[in-house]
Amino acid sequence: MSGIIGKKIGMTSVYGADGQNVVCTVIEAGPCVVTQVKQEETDGYGAIQLGFGEKKEKNTTKPLLGHFRKANTTPKRKLVEFKGFTKDLNLGDTITLGEVFAEGEFLDVVGTSKGKGFQGVVKRHGFSGVGGQTHGQHNRARHPGSIGACSFPARVFKGTRMAGRMGGNRVTVQNLRVVRLMPEQNLVLVSGSIPGAKNSFVILEK
Amino acid sequence: MSEIIKMIEAEARERRNAFPDFQPGDTINVHVKIREGTKERIQQFQGTVIQRRNSGSAGETFTVRKVSNGVGVERIFPIASPSIEKIERIRQGMVRRARLFYLRGRMGKAARIKEKKA
Repeated sequence: MSGIIGKKIGMTSVYGADGQNVVCTVIEAGPCVVTQVKQEETDGYGAIQLGFGEKKEKNTTKPLLGHFRKANTTPKRKLVEFKGFTKDLNLGDTITLGEVFAEGEFLDVVGTSKGKGFQGVVKRHGFSGVGGQTHGQHNRARHPGSIGACSFPARVFKGTRMAGRMGGNRVTVQNLRVVRLMPEQNLVLVSGSIPGAKNSFVILEK
Repeated sequence: MSEIIKMIEAEARERRNAFPDFQPGDTINVHVKIREGTKERIQQFQGTVIQRRNSGSAGETFTVRKVSNGVGVERIFPIASPSIEKIERIRQGMVRRARLFYLRGRMGKAARIKEKKA
């Protein structure tokens, strides 16, 4: 799976060739620098590590600084490994958007969803709540109801869906079409929405 | 809004700015491209503008209402849509609100709009 690292810019809509209005997300992706080439012999598997986004030298740890120096590049904020680049890549090479994707292709986008904080079961798991305000209901319209039986099993099963922290997870959205590609500006428009807030990092996979 | 998105929407903005200015209450004639198989023809839709939504953005739409054979017909057009060939302003109306939904409940003489004096 080859790919590239990008930053979510925001959403808009554009008109396709057939006059259809397509809702799409704008992603600024690449150029990425090859910061490490992992090989079967030394690392046990083959992969390419890409770096994206500038970072101040003073905010970089010394071990990482050495890592970037090896690739002869400035410190990067985001490092991601990719497998399946068909091209031979060396340390310090740059990969641009146009080399990886073409217009009309389909890709997957991986991002971190927006954090929602501590949420109840209705929002977090789609429970329907109690479903009424009458028949003796008082203050439990959005409560989960029963979470198990009685003296058998005498416990709550593991994995029972309850309230808790929601969002902030790694989420993959599959099969998004490349609506428009602007390699000069390092921009790509993909159909539909992608996880995460604006300016958050996303991984574009082929 | 981010500069990048503005740049992407510039095309739509340009298309919108090419049309004459019109407001709710105005009577306009919209020339719409219609594709039938491989052939393309122009259809006209003439009526009163009853609202403009999201004006200022690239996703702006406007609603045109007309009464056809005694039946009220409303069409919503995205203003940046490439299928709009031309917009003509036929008459400028005098209205006191931005959404003219009260026209839906009126027929004939009651649904008239005063003309704005130049």
